[in-house]
Amino acid sequence: MQQKLKIGVLYSRVRVEEKWIFGAMEKRGIDYDRLDDRRIHFDLNNPVPWQEFDAVLERSLSYTSGLYATRMLNAFGVPTVNSASVAEICGDKLMTSAALARDGIPQPHTATAFTPEAALEAIEAFGYPVVLKPVVGSWGRLLAKINDRDAAEAVLEHKSTLGSVQHSVFYIQEYIEKPGRDIRVVVIGDRVLTAMYRKSEHWITNTARGGEGELCPLTPDIEDLSFRAAQSVGRGVLAVDLVEHPERGLIVNEINHTMEFHTMQPLSGIDIAGEIVDYVVSIASKEYVS
Amino acid sequence: MSTVTCPECAAEIKLEEGTEVGEIIVCPDCGVDLEVIALEPAAVQLAPREEEDWGE
Repeated sequence: MQQKLKIGVLYSRVRVEEKWIFGAMEKRGIDYDRLDDRRIHFDLNNPVPWQEFDAVLERSLSYTSGLYATRMLNAFGVPTVNSASVAEICGDKLMTSAALARDGIPQPHTATAFTPEAALEAIEAFGYPVVLKPVVGSWGRLLAKINDRDAAEAVLEHKSTLGSVQHSVFYIQEYIEKPGRDIRVVVIGDRVLTAMYRKSEHWITNTARGGEGELCPLTPDIEDLSFRAAQSVGRGVLAVDLVEHPERGLIVNEINHTMEFHTMQPLSGIDIAGEIVDYVVSIASKEYVS
Repeated sequence: MSTVTCPECAAEIKLEEGTEVGEIIVCPDCGVDLEVIALEPAAVQLAPREEEDWGE
């Protein structure tokens, strides 16, 4: 008989999503530990305490903590959801764009440069407006819509002077006149579960920025594109954000690897927390071949 | 029901049933974010500020 599985949940804050996940664990009678990412430490000479886990679900707020924790766990042979390599790709917009480009998946026209001068040249080649985004960051933070050369010069100088080294990786994208909404699709493993529109008058449609959610029917196009995008970044528990481009149709904007779903779960009526837990269990019991 | 005192404005805050350690509550008086750090007895502290790499 198989031994009982032990799962870890790495988290920073108990948001409503974590409450639902803990609830789903308890409902299934799963033996799990809550691991506060501010209190854990790894002894590289002693992986044994960590190897007691059959899998760890990573829900850190901090990209850096989550990424390094999953790197350590994966190095110790403990599978994580998501894996460190998925986090590496999804947590960095340039890595995501590179994966999507490699697999020929439609995405916004994107460029990158490493000095303000080269970035300005790239921006001028795009034509205005363009959007500058930090490669690491979420919830619509520090996005800048650049309408002309004056603004470009100012923002580039500010970023290179005031920002951390990472802000000197300039990530430049075409500005897309989307219809006041984007589409968030939940993909778990190979299953496209549900989708919602995120609506906002503002060009940043993130619900963390006040955007509103509305159920979006899963069309074959949405399903196919989200599935391919999830495969491209290494699959796991993912929220694929799509944008309706006025000329090119559906394209992939970004992919989140520690998604929030407080709007999505009640809206869709799907027990996303339960689906996540079932997926983690399948990874822990090695049912899922990745 | 547990009651805590807001460290910012000294308001008395009642914790809802089912509140968990690690949860963030908002002080109804001053609006500051508080993290629940213990339940028996209940205690809160100012929640950490959002960092640049926080997100989904």
